[in-house]
This record gives sequence, structure tokens and C-alpha cells, in this order.
Amino acid sequence: MQFDQLLQYTLSGLSTGAIYALIGIGFSIIYNATGIINFAQGEFVMLGGMLTLFFLDTLKLPMWGAIPCAVAASTLAGVLFERLAIRPLRQPTPINLVIITIGGSILIRGISMLLWGKDTHAIPPFSGEEPIAIGGATILPQHLWILGITILIIALNKFYFYHTISGKAMRACSYNRRAAGLVGIDVSRMVLFSFIISSAMGAIAGIIVAPLTMTSFDVGVMLGLKGFCAAIIGGMSGGVATVLGGLILGVLESLGAGLISSGYKDAIAFIILLLLLFIRPHGLLGKAESERV
Amino acid sequence: MNFRFIHVISLVVTLLFSSNVFAAAPIKIGGLFAVTGQAAFLGEPERNTAKMVVDEINKAGGVRGRNLELIVYDTAGDATKAVQLATKLIRDDKVVAIIGPSTTGESMAVIPVAEKEQIPLISCAAGIKITDPVKKWVFKTAQNDTLAVGRIYEQLQKQKLSKVSILTVSDGFGSSGREQLKAQAAKYGITIVSDDTFGPKDNDMTSQLTKIRGSEAQVIICWGTNPGPALVAKNIKQLGIKLPVYMSHGVSSKKFIELAGDASEGIRLPSGKVLVADVLPNSDAQKKSLMAFVSDYQQHYKAEGDHFGGHAWDAVMLIKDAIERGGDTPYGIRDQLEKAKQFHGIGGTFTYSPQDHAGLGKEAFVLVEVKKKDWVIVK
Repeated sequence: MQFDQLLQYTLSGLSTGAIYALIGIGFSIIYNATGIINFAQGEFVMLGGMLTLFFLDTLKLPMWGAIPCAVAASTLAGVLFERLAIRPLRQPTPINLVIITIGGSILIRGISMLLWGKDTHAIPPFSGEEPIAIGGATILPQHLWILGITILIIALNKFYFYHTISGKAMRACSYNRRAAGLVGIDVSRMVLFSFIISSAMGAIAGIIVAPLTMTSFDVGVMLGLKGFCAAIIGGMSGGVATVLGGLILGVLESLGAGLISSGYKDAIAFIILLLLLFIRPHGLLGKAESERV
Repeated sequence: MNFRFIHVISLVVTLLFSSNVFAAAPIKIGGLFAVTGQAAFLGEPERNTAKMVVDEINKAGGVRGRNLELIVYDTAGDATKAVQLATKLIRDDKVVAIIGPSTTGESMAVIPVAEKEQIPLISCAAGIKITDPVKKWVFKTAQNDTLAVGRIYEQLQKQKLSKVSILTVSDGFGSSGREQLKAQAAKYGITIVSDDTFGPKDNDMTSQLTKIRGSEAQVIICWGTNPGPALVAKNIKQLGIKLPVYMSHGVSSKKFIELAGDASEGIRLPSGKVLVADVLPNSDAQKKSLMAFVSDYQQHYKAEGDHFGGHAWDAVMLIKDAIERGGDTPYGIRDQLEKAKQFHGIGGTFTYSPQDHAGLGKEAFVLVEVKKKDWVIVK
């Protein structure tokens, strides 16, 4: 076992992990605002990639125009999803809501398949394909984009939740919805906000990863599950813990595939998920009653 | 008035009746293709091609004065569904032969039905198990994995490369390829120095490739269907691995080059000749069929015909020839299929016999390489 191999595994793992982290944060933001696990989160990741492709190829927009359009369109899909599927529910028990999100994810996937077909598509990288050597390992410029954008989004997220009125209001909702309502916070609007933020984040994750992994109508399933794992490891917190969860998951997968056996790559993620749910259901870092943001 | 009315009616009835008498009932052929689902990349071109060929045969006057009627069902790649639909084709639609299914798993499931009901089945799947051992009623048109592996190993032997790393996808296609790669290695003096797999939905294979980079491999062989191998190609480029890369016929289409982009440059793979139809020498016996198929498909569907569609083309044409030579009964078709000799189709030159229901030799594959975003034949 040489050092440069280990370095390569770690770097590959970190960039995959950053994507898991972004998706995971999307899960936890909605969870904290509404108390439900939104299993359609992965589909917004898919929408990000597929819509970018649509704007690039069909509408012939340049890259810098296609990406904001794709994020906006996915966010719109998130808003519609909340308005049409989540809000009208009379008796929103968690089990009903979870089943609705699963149904919604199947619907979104089906529509995308009908619109764009079943093929896998490649998206051009943001800036070149020349590998960059770091020590004995090599990464692509796109990996730097992924890490950079992830850090930026997490910072923005932090700022929003701690330094703006609506962010603070959302945190209040996550502590106690009833009390938040009593002090004049419009809880249902906060729920809408949470869907806006997490569908936009999911879409961005889907866009920055698409040049590396390509995209098709069904990429959302696996990415969504991995993001869910990351959120569980992070104890459903919207902050650093989920980011760590994603990175740990990515690195372990990569090390596992390289050092143990590539056949077990996905199994590793789900074994970690099960172990955590058994041993530390409140997350790796969390205390039993942790602050949830 | 009344009289005239009766006159008109009787005329109409006579006309209807006579047209029924003169045009003999069509010969019904069944098609089972995975048009939707995971294997849609196989089933869709197969269905399109089968429909197109049957239409053309009918336009040209049918077979022995009778039209062909193709009844197609979508199996969605599901073996249980395939068995139900095969029974339906035989019992309800009364077909005389069945083309398909598209995948090896479905074919294996449908075989007992065809054998029991005594209906000839021409599978479009590649698995060697389908016709080995030989089953009385079962034929296939897709090239065996064995031949593809043999074609690669022959080339490696010629170049005196003996240490290979294999990287296969963990689905039916990949594991069948993996088995063959391991089974035939010794025969060609090849040692497999590392044996890794990746999931069909994986999005990063750098871990496996880093391991390969650290091994003493001289060649990488990757076995899978899109999009996995395209990602492998990209990851190989990212890691700066300079080893020659061979892939399987599972990615022998323009789509692979499109997905892998620059990373596909220099990759070699065994492929059916349809991929390079336009650059084949005129002396090639298959050239006529290939060119006809490619231009017809382009005309009908505005897309490039691939070798998956070719499997259905071969199956329909083999059945047509069998009906022409012998009977239009299941028995007649089966017996004549077994006697098919030197049929120059899309997948290769078929010669069936009582001992061989796969009918192809190694020359069905040519070795191609990606050069400047296109396929060229490796001499």
C-alpha cells in the first residue's frame, strides 16, 4: 500500500462525499421544517442535471445561462411539489407525507423519462478536462468546482440560518412549530422556504456532479439514498455534522472499494447506515436532544 | 327500389368475401422485446428493426404469396412477464415462431415454454447458455461472449501482452463476460493480475482503477454496457493511466464515444461489423446486408442502426428464408432453420446445424478502435 494510492482514494472519496453532503443537507432542512423525510430529494438532483442538459442542447443556451435556468426550474418544481402534493393534505401524519414524497419521486422520474428518454447523457465540464496532479494523485478541474461550490453553499447556508430574519424563523420552527406559530411566524411559508432551499441545493449538486458522472432520468435514486445516509450520519442536522457525514461516507466507500473489494462499495454505505441507526440513532456527533437546524 | 338495394348489398358482400378468399391469411410471428426498463437499449432497436423488416417483406409481396404479421409484446426485461407473454403468443395469437426475448435471463425462462409447446424460438440475447447445450426448438442470433473474449485475447497474444486487469460490471452481462475472461485466459497464456467489479449505477470508478494503476497489469479489459464503461474511460484519463484499454461489444455504438468524449480515444473493442459497415471492403460477404440494414434504419427511424437491431433483422430474415424453403408450420420452420447455411446477416455469417444453434464463428467480430471520434478497423 503506497501513499499515493491512499491519497487518490481519499481525494476521490472527498469529492463524492461533498455531493452526498449537499444532498444530505437538503434532506435535513426539510426534515427540520416539516418533520418529514423527503424521499423525492434525489429527483431534484436528477432534475438539475437533466434540465441543464435540456437548456444546453435543446434551447442552445451557453453554460453560464443554462445552469441558473436549471436551478430556477428545479426550484420551481420543488415549489409545485410542496404546493400540490404536501400542502393540500388534510391529515398530515408523517407516514402519509413520506409515502407522498415517494409517490412524488416516482412521478417526477416517470415524467422525465417520457420527456427526455432513457438514455444517459454527458454534460461538458465547466473548465477543461486536463487532470491536475496533487502529490501522486490526480483530480480533474471539475473536482475543484465541486469542493468549492459545496463550501460556498454551506457557508451561505450558515449565514442564512444564523444571520437573517427568515433563517432564524426557520430555526424557530424546527425547535417548536407551535410556539413559532404563536409568536407570529408563518409556519406554512417556512415549509415552502425549506422546499425552495433544498430543491435548489439538490439541483446544484446534480449540476456540478453531472460532468463527472453523466446524467439520466434515474440517477436520483442512488444519489438520494446516499444523501439520506449522510443526513442520518449527521443526525439530521443542517450544518457541519451532515457535511462530515457525507465526506465520511464518500471516503469510506472509496477506501472500501480500493482496499477491500469493489463489489461491496454500496453495501458499505448501507451497513454504516444500519449500524448508526442501531447504535447512535441521533447521529454521529449529535447528543440525544441536539440542536437541529 | 327494394330490388336495387338487395343488389348493392349482395355486390358488397361478394366483394368482401372474395377479397378474403384471394389474400391468404397472414403468417403470424411473435416478438418478445424488452422495449421498456433496464434493457430498453436492446429491446427498442430490436422491435423497431423487426417491424421495419416485416413491413418491407410485405411490401415486396410477402413470403410465398402470404403476408407476415408481427405481433410484438413488451416484456420490460422481466422474466416472469416474458413467460406469460410467450404463452399468450402461442396459445392465443397462434404464432408459428417467436423472436426474442432480448436478455439472457428472459430467454432462459422462456425456453421451457417453447420446448413444451414446440414453437421455434430465435433469441436475441448473447448468453452462451441459451444454445449450449443445444435445445431442439431454440436458436439465437446474438454473438456469444466467448467469441468476443477470444477475439480480444487473440490480439493480446499477437502483441505478446500477458498480464491483464479485468474490471466488469456486476450485472448479468458483466458476470458472464467475467466468467469467460477467466475461463479462456489460460488457453491464450494470459494471467489475470486483478479482478474488480463496479455497480451498473456507480458514478466513480477511480478506486478500482487506482488499484489497477498500482498493479503490474499491461492491459485493462473493461466489460459492461453504457454508461459504466464510459465513466471508466473518463476515470482512466483522469488518473493518467497509459495502458491499452479493451472493452466489450456491449458498448459498440456511437453513443459510447459521445458519452466518453476525448477519453474514448484509442480504446479497442470487438464489435459486430455493422459499426463499420461503410468502411468494410466490398469483398466482405456481409456488406450487402449491412448496407441495406443501415440505410433502411436511417430512413425509417432517423437513427443509426446498431447490432442489437441487427439481431432482430437476422431473426426475421432467417425465419423468412426458412418459410420460403420449407413450410409455414412450426415444424417446417424449425427443420429449415437448422439447415440454414452461409446466411450473410448483420451479426455475422450464420450456419446452423443440429449440433450448433448459435451458428456464428469468431469472424463475426472485428476488432475496432476509436480514432478521431469514430470507429476504425484494427488490422
